[in-house]
Amino acid sequence: MSPAIRTASSEQLSAFIANTCSKSSHLLHVLHELQHRFLHISPEAVIEVASFLDLPPSQVESAVEFYSFFSTVPHGRFDILLSNCTSCGYTANGQDLLQLLCDRLHVLTGKTRDDGLVSVDETSCIGMCDHGASLLVNGRPVTGLDAVKIMRIAELIETGTPFENWPAEWFDISDSIRKIGLLLSEDITAGNGLRESLMRGIDGTLEEITQSGLRGRGGAGFSTGMKWKFCAEAEGSAHYVICNADEGEPGTFKDRILLQSHADAIFEGMTTCAYAIGAELGFLYLRGEYRYLSPHLEAVLARRREQGLLGSSILGRSGFNFDIEIVVGAGAYICGEESALIESLEGKRGVPRNRPPFPVTHGYLGQPTVLNNVETFVAAAHIAQNGSAWFRTTGTMKSPGSKLLSVSGDCAYPGIYEYPFGVSIKQVLDDCGAEDVQAVQIGGPAGTLIGRSGYKRIIGFEDLSTGGSFMVFGRKRDLLDIIVNFSRFFAHESCGFCTPCRVGTTLLKNAMNKIAKGQGTQYDLDEMERIGTLIKRRSHCGLGQTAANPILNGLQRFPQIFRQRLARGDFEPSFDLDAALEEARQITHRDDAAAHLE
Amino acid sequence: MEAKAETAANTINIDGQEIPFEHGQTIMDAAFAAGVYIPHLCHRPGLTPHGSCKLCTVDIRNRISASSTSDRRRQTKFTVDADSRSVSACTTPAAAGQQISSNTPALNEVRKTITQMLFIEGNHLCPSCEKSGDCTLQAVAYHLGMLDGHFPQFFPRREVDASHPTVMLDRDRCILCELCVRASREVDGKNVFAIAGRGTAAHLIVNSPSGKLADSDLETGDMAVHICPVGAILIKEQGYEVPIGRRTFDLHHLGEAGLEKVVLAKTVYRDE
Repeated sequence: MSPAIRTASSEQLSAFIANTCSKSSHLLHVLHELQHRFLHISPEAVIEVASFLDLPPSQVESAVEFYSFFSTVPHGRFDILLSNCTSCGYTANGQDLLQLLCDRLHVLTGKTRDDGLVSVDETSCIGMCDHGASLLVNGRPVTGLDAVKIMRIAELIETGTPFENWPAEWFDISDSIRKIGLLLSEDITAGNGLRESLMRGIDGTLEEITQSGLRGRGGAGFSTGMKWKFCAEAEGSAHYVICNADEGEPGTFKDRILLQSHADAIFEGMTTCAYAIGAELGFLYLRGEYRYLSPHLEAVLARRREQGLLGSSILGRSGFNFDIEIVVGAGAYICGEESALIESLEGKRGVPRNRPPFPVTHGYLGQPTVLNNVETFVAAAHIAQNGSAWFRTTGTMKSPGSKLLSVSGDCAYPGIYEYPFGVSIKQVLDDCGAEDVQAVQIGGPAGTLIGRSGYKRIIGFEDLSTGGSFMVFGRKRDLLDIIVNFSRFFAHESCGFCTPCRVGTTLLKNAMNKIAKGQGTQYDLDEMERIGTLIKRRSHCGLGQTAANPILNGLQRFPQIFRQRLARGDFEPSFDLDAALEEARQITHRDDAAAHLE
Repeated sequence: MEAKAETAANTINIDGQEIPFEHGQTIMDAAFAAGVYIPHLCHRPGLTPHGSCKLCTVDIRNRISASSTSDRRRQTKFTVDADSRSVSACTTPAAAGQQISSNTPALNEVRKTITQMLFIEGNHLCPSCEKSGDCTLQAVAYHLGMLDGHFPQFFPRREVDASHPTVMLDRDRCILCELCVRASREVDGKNVFAIAGRGTAAHLIVNSPSGKLADSDLETGDMAVHICPVGAILIKEQGYEVPIGRRTFDLHHLGEAGLEKVVLAKTVYRDE
């Protein structure tokens, strides 16, 4: 089969697009279907989609180029993306599995093989950190990779084996729940929380959520009750509820477990919110990496509609109408930022908005919108069912309730741990069987890197606030490599809107590469500190404001890992003369000694 | 409370100077009206504020002590000046009593670094650029005392679009300010331009079937053609009508009142 098999006549293309648009008019869904069917999105398809959805072609084109999972050049019929996360990435077990797979399949990273069979590339964390090295093949996760499995995958691809004939257990993603607490110890009974809320009334429900002291579980920690109240009070032609299931912070996978096993609680929380703020439509924005969960979530939604927990006159209450749509993202970390998520939901590039105004008054389509994390809605559903006093029985004064931690990295028992807020880092390390620990990254690359002196610190809004990522790095890890990885991540995920983040994250990435290659000097460290501080303070949104954290934390707490790599002398040119010849070598197909400077 | 808001309390303080503002104005609007110059590239009065270039970054002193803020703000020793917050003047609403720092050595140093970032991420070769002297990026660089690009050049490869009979698009010099995007949409009513891609791969695209300017409905008279602060969008065959030495920033300072009109009117001599 040649790649030409997937190029369509313009009539076929029109028919396909018409059909797709009639099923869902969400731009991201239409583009996904095109990518899936034709392995790329052609300029003709862009024009066609724009005319069907009545959008400017430039808006469609800009979306295609923004999201990692869309491409303008054809990908392989087997399209493989290996995670490059430090926990579920292709080097997680000490081997370069990406190189191994590429060598085996005779394919270059990021280039589709000439016969159109396969393309291999890397992608940011896919949320499989408790399952070791992982990849996505045509969007489906395969975990627990090692050299043997990579060889088998290469074989299955080379022989064109359809997925039905791949080992079925490869596609099973288990929930590794290691410690249960307030939320995970018992599931809610579908509808119970809603019934309680209807009895409390709108004001009573808002009061109950506020009284519980529940704060946003994404890490920012804004009072959920206050957010709902502000939104309920805001005037608009419609109100919206959005669940942020764009769990993109490397090392975080707790939402995956909640979506897989506690979807009822999520939807119950969203419906409770809809009741409190007067919304009739809600969205669950699911990260593209979790697309495989979509059929399960749709099934739960369908059942809840049958149970009278969604739709019109919910639980028989006339006027209480609400339904939920699932919108799947397409590979963009920035869309975890609330206003970028809303932009994405509106079919645009995921670029964070200027704030104020905030989404509670001007959110989706400019209307009042509550946007909460998956875990926040789950907690809200439990509070609706069990009351605020029950919720306050655990946690601390400033951080009531519990927190789900996604523990990964160098420990014996990676998985989900639910703790009351206030738990110390040391406790978590002991529980997960982490020995000989060098450092812990709390809250993912955007969070905080701490060493031994920080293990007494606690998880909570008053100390270490986190979305839940907890990455353990043992003594054998090269911590500098970790920081190089994180700086690459931010440069890759920066949306490009504001200057400090767009240019600064790339400057930091380049500087880290220079240090790692042993070509850096003290001057480069001083420059990184200066630029890092500027990006942190002057960037437009949370991505830029946190992008320098790994480097700034590293310079402060682990200065030796930088210093031991420094070149001697005060100055080392950043221009690598030999590397500059690489293009010439490629053009002339030469790689002999004489084609190098040394 | 309303009565009070209408009185003399309606002022902000920029670098020690009390500046009046009206409800709905941003810090930039108020400063502009009072003749106080805050460096900027992606802002133009009359167009929706954008807040992307970050040149107009200013510090607002916090009213309450920063000690109550979360770990995010105090987690490193490098956090400077934790008793103030950084905002873009062009997008932040003016509010009574704001104590704002703008024209300080530290902030101008930040602006200089941001300007250097803009220079090195594109291909800005002033001596051979026909916009030299009329270029706001160049003028801002001079204003801030920028003497070099400081950082290693990115040397990106960007497409030139010379397809249009009267307008030229040289993406090498684009700084992604989106002034043309907004001018086309909000003033010309056309929607000719947009930004695609992300990170350093973000780039200006043309809203036409072929992606070329020739196939768009752009016309020489459009504001989008005249508003480019750099030499990315140029009108053909006019490049050297005004000689070097008599161009906008040879004769005027960036902060001058009424300059916006002069900068926009590219087809007339600017020293009249």
